[in-house]
Amino acid sequence: MATLVFIESPDDELSQQAVVFAQQLGDEEITAVAIDGDGGYAPAAWAQTLVELAQQRSLRAVVGPGSDRGNEVLAHVAAKLDQPMAANCVSVDPGNPTSVIRTRWGGTLLEDAVIHGSPLLLTSSAHAVPAAPIADSETVPVSTSASELDRVVRVVDTIPASTGGVSLADAEVVVSGGRGVGSAEGFSIIEELAGLLGGAVGCSRAVTSAGWRPHTDQVGQTGTKVSPEIYIACGISGATQHMAGCKGAKRLLAINADGEASILAGADYAVIGDLHEVVPAISAEIRKVRGT
Amino acid sequence: MNILVCVKRVPLTGGKITLTEDGRAIQTRHLGFTVSPHEECAAEEAIRIIEQEGGESVVLTLGPSEAEEQLRDMMAIGADRAIHLVTDGEEWDAQATAAAIVAAIREDGTRFDLLLFGNESADAGNYQVAIRVAAALGLPVVTGVKAITVNGGTLRCEQEVPGGRDVYEVPMPAVVTVKEGINLPRYPSVPGRMRAKRKPLQSSRPAAADAKLQMRRLLLPEGSTKEAQILGQGAEAAPRVVEILQEIGVV
Amino acid sequence: MPARQRIVIIGAGIVGNSVAYHLTQLGETEITLLDKGPLPNPGGSTGHASNFIFPVDHSKEMTSLTLESMRQYKELDVYLECGGIEVARTEARMQELNRRMVSAKTWGIEPTSLLTPAQIKELVPFINEEILLGGFYTPGAGVVDSLRAATIMRERAVEAGMSVFANTEVLGLDVEHGRIRRVRTDRGDIEADRVVIACGCWSPRIARMAGARIPLTPAVHQMIDIGPVKQFENARTLVDYPIVRDMDTNMYERQDGGGLEIGSYAHRPIMMDADEIPSIEESALSPTELPFTQADFELQMEQALEIMPEIVGDESVGVRYAINGLLSVTYDGLPLLGETPEVQGLWSAAAIWIKEGPGAGKTVAELMVHGESEIDVYESNIARAYPHQKTKTHIQARAGEGFNKMYGIVHPAEQWESDRRVKLSPFYEREQELGAVFYEAAGWERPQWYESNAPLLEEYGDRINRREAEWEARWWSPIINAEHLAMRDRAGYTDLTAFALFDVTGPGALDAVQRIAMRQMDVPVGRVVYTPVLMPSGGFKADLTIMRIDETVFRVVTGGAWGMSDLKWFSDHLPPDGSAQIHDQTNAWTTLGLWGPRARDILSSVTSDDVSHEGFPFAWWRSIEVGPLQVMASRISYVGDLGWELYVPIEQGARLWDIIAEAGLPHGAVPMGAGVYGTTGRLEKCYRAYGAELEGEYDVVEAGMAWGKVKDQDFIGKEAHVRQRSEEPAAHMCTLTVDDHTSASGVKRYMLGGEPVLTEDGEPITDAKGRRSYVTSAGAGPSIGKHILMSYLPPEHAVVGRSLQVQYMGERYPVTVATNDSTPVFDPDNSRVRS
Repeated sequence: MATLVFIESPDDELSQQAVVFAQQLGDEEITAVAIDGDGGYAPAAWAQTLVELAQQRSLRAVVGPGSDRGNEVLAHVAAKLDQPMAANCVSVDPGNPTSVIRTRWGGTLLEDAVIHGSPLLLTSSAHAVPAAPIADSETVPVSTSASELDRVVRVVDTIPASTGGVSLADAEVVVSGGRGVGSAEGFSIIEELAGLLGGAVGCSRAVTSAGWRPHTDQVGQTGTKVSPEIYIACGISGATQHMAGCKGAKRLLAINADGEASILAGADYAVIGDLHEVVPAISAEIRKVRGT
Repeated sequence: MNILVCVKRVPLTGGKITLTEDGRAIQTRHLGFTVSPHEECAAEEAIRIIEQEGGESVVLTLGPSEAEEQLRDMMAIGADRAIHLVTDGEEWDAQATAAAIVAAIREDGTRFDLLLFGNESADAGNYQVAIRVAAALGLPVVTGVKAITVNGGTLRCEQEVPGGRDVYEVPMPAVVTVKEGINLPRYPSVPGRMRAKRKPLQSSRPAAADAKLQMRRLLLPEGSTKEAQILGQGAEAAPRVVEILQEIGVV
Repeated sequence: MPARQRIVIIGAGIVGNSVAYHLTQLGETEITLLDKGPLPNPGGSTGHASNFIFPVDHSKEMTSLTLESMRQYKELDVYLECGGIEVARTEARMQELNRRMVSAKTWGIEPTSLLTPAQIKELVPFINEEILLGGFYTPGAGVVDSLRAATIMRERAVEAGMSVFANTEVLGLDVEHGRIRRVRTDRGDIEADRVVIACGCWSPRIARMAGARIPLTPAVHQMIDIGPVKQFENARTLVDYPIVRDMDTNMYERQDGGGLEIGSYAHRPIMMDADEIPSIEESALSPTELPFTQADFELQMEQALEIMPEIVGDESVGVRYAINGLLSVTYDGLPLLGETPEVQGLWSAAAIWIKEGPGAGKTVAELMVHGESEIDVYESNIARAYPHQKTKTHIQARAGEGFNKMYGIVHPAEQWESDRRVKLSPFYEREQELGAVFYEAAGWERPQWYESNAPLLEEYGDRINRREAEWEARWWSPIINAEHLAMRDRAGYTDLTAFALFDVTGPGALDAVQRIAMRQMDVPVGRVVYTPVLMPSGGFKADLTIMRIDETVFRVVTGGAWGMSDLKWFSDHLPPDGSAQIHDQTNAWTTLGLWGPRARDILSSVTSDDVSHEGFPFAWWRSIEVGPLQVMASRISYVGDLGWELYVPIEQGARLWDIIAEAGLPHGAVPMGAGVYGTTGRLEKCYRAYGAELEGEYDVVEAGMAWGKVKDQDFIGKEAHVRQRSEEPAAHMCTLTVDDHTSASGVKRYMLGGEPVLTEDGEPITDAKGRRSYVTSAGAGPSIGKHILMSYLPPEHAVVGRSLQVQYMGERYPVTVATNDSTPVFDPDNSRVRS
């Protein structure tokens, strides 16, 4: 029995995790396949390529990484084969029938599901299993039999991100503000602290909905997922939508007036108090320590 | 120009999710419901495009009879009419959902230039309904879109990727899934709410297909709660906080 | 967490913090305040309240609590005066607004005025005045910051020594020997002498942990906030414009910064169970801000659009916030204050809204420390409830019915419709056959009058006033007056089952009643004593009769309305050595009143016992045989005529009725309703009633009831009473008669009570203690052919023959002082009762 793992590249962390994840299926033959995207990323054409490989090699399963592209390409495969697909799986049990544990609500909740499909189409949830270097991988060209429709959706241009500031997704420190900040102006103390720590400013969905910060600052299930060394959540209650975005943080410090706020259940450290007093005090203390 | 927006009714969760006794659903006794955030933005985007280009925006959902509330909500902010595919409340898998939507689009007969979806639903997160609908209708599909520009018969879509944005250009008709942040959805006005009551809503009850991805039960992840170390109360805690930041090495 | 504390207060909303602060002001400092939620906003109703205050209410007690609360909010500097207008869309509402004017004058809330639609438009430029007929303007109405007020009061209490624990959940309340002992929390236990439950809509849940009941239900109030409003772009304050209460739609609209808040009490009442309130974690917003249900608000949106089209109809103004907010509602619309009757030391400060929070907090603190409060809150006493009034069925039915009365036009005699027929007297079937019109009394169905007496109208013809105006004719019948005249001419019998009865027994019984009652209780067995019961300040706690049954048994008979409160007062003041006990007999006995000049003829025809004046004098009771029944007959009268109260075990009541009705027939006796017993009969005799003339704010001397000398024995309130006897009273209870009922339109109008008494120049009358003179009771005096009013008047006006005025429905009517003491206007020598 053979399993094919679609990888974005051998160095891609989520793709490496997908290969490790695929081992749960217990197949002797696991092949990592990247697609030569010479003509740019074209999800449907890439999927057509995988469909043809699946048919040629009578695969039991096609596994992909739990990334935007992994989920997109696998969904195209599923649509083309009219087979079910389980996205963002944490584990798979190749029994009869095959069952998976997959994430819902951005990982806040899990689902135990049975999947009736052949080949099995799965993506592995980000960070559900550790990554390991990919020893061997094939790179295949995009199938020549991909249709015009398959090829029409492709990247035709790329706009580089503006280089100013620290990117939220990659920041080592994120200082994030919630409803408790109270206003757009209230974020000046958050910005100040983030600046002192060389970090990025984040916020909750309540804040973007109120129009206090742009959506690009939003951390959460429908915003950016962050993984800093420390995430400082100021006046954030800890709705599941938000926690889905910051659970990748190594440490979480909550500053909240509410000692029972849900955020505390996900925090390593907490300061109970009004953020409007606590945050400037921390900034002042940093300056003091630095002697500036 | 005609736009179809597909939305899903989901609970508005608080800080803690609890499950029903049988573990097959979220306990929603105290919760309100809303449209999945990406889809709310999809509806707002549809309304903005129609305001600019003219035409009709139609909102569609597959869900329990209570989901009419979400259809009215979307009509309150400007969608022109609604299609409700009524279920008995059991969740349908992505394949069955896509098939029902495709059938409804054919049944409706409108030639939609654009079909808008959310990138993934807030609850199930299957990432595939739009792609399946596109495949069945033979349409191009762009996902995860944060900006749409209509240029005659072509759509220019921007997708956020690490390091910037990828740009796609596709001919219409097309399917696009959007992500929150593409716009800031408006609040409904009172006249909007009142108009929404009178806007046409067509409902039908599609036959449920056997799910090929079958949810058995929901589980709450283990070990997600931590015992936070309280560093202090108010501003007096600042020195202790900075000590921790120094230990981590960020100060 | 302290291991023990004198007082633990549960709940840190506006009420709990206010109780805490006032306790410290009164010297109690060993206090701990707990809340399950965080501070300053623990997630209860204080956190989402609309926070506005309209001071004018028809209830004296509620108005007093509100005025005291306003005073405190102002002192805390959290009161923003913006004015408020109650607007009318209908003629009926305009009449109601006239009643508001009357109440404002009665309670001394000034200035207030009636506005024309154009005047409303001037104050609220974005209102659609075309749909309005007018408005009632209270410039002093305002908006408060209740969370800030709660915080300041908490900080002051902490300075005085109180400790506070937020995020602390109460898990249990331990009771030992009927007394609260301990509060168990998730952070440890606290032993406590007294515990105050100030948990808003959670209160029933907490009380039940101790086996006590706080009979309220959480109910939903819908509220939305729309914005941004262009008209408010340059607002100077949070509320630049008066708050508008659109009374006829049960809604309000108020500016809130850049937005407009629209609230409604009009939707179908949505009740919840206190157990159903979600936890803090489970709530998307807070436990008392539940998901908005749009379907319940459709009509309200249209009505809001009608009254404020410029704002509500603006397409760019969005619904930014919408909740189903929880608030506490009770079966009678009043708060629940005081020690719970079930558990000693367990106090309730619940069912209180923002407008009365600080006042209620101060009141509960005073009750805890002094046993009485500056504002007499007898109507809000938690002990008032009968068992059936504490059931979920009753609370939900009445709270649901009462919800829509909040902005409603409620007639003073209006009867509840829901959950009736809970308590049926043994006479009920007979009464039904006679076409009784039933009112509710302490849960009992009690006839107000009998349609079977309609032929009496013809008999008495012109002697009976017909009420021409619909308002006064509502909840009334001329048959009441006809029954009255028939009783005065012949005899009438009446259902008194609603009385509350309890026996004080034991070797210490005499000492107990002696200490509680003002009058001498060391009387021979067989005597019946009518006595005031005083509070330490000398104000009235109750008035009731006590029969000496035996050397060691005293039977207390009191009105049904306050029966349970009186029972608790007696229980609370029994000797601590256990030498006296109380046994509630309310449901064991029924009472039939028989009065009129033919009463003796009727009674003697059915008993062989001596019922002659000499053999059975006034103010004695005897056991007599009536057919197979042993009847406890008490010769007293609240209608001022010869006769008896006849007591039998409740299962024998129907037989008693049949015997008396049959014996009465040849004498022309009629069944008579409470319309005679409670109003016309007593008013002609100038008998005072508790809750109207008699209440904590007035004393025995002022009430004109300081007959005879003060007894030697000590009693509660004696010191004050002795002092009051030596002072010139600030007011005298007077009886007035109306000289001319004719209104400007020519229709005769009849006051119903609660109206301000004015000088001949139309000026309000205020006594030396700052109390306004108002009509405490009003009703017909059929025997004297006049409409009778009672009122406390300062000495300079309490002069027989003095001409004064009464304001009613926007007009003034001339009245004359008929008596300035307890001398009755009918049968002034009291020869009838003593014949």
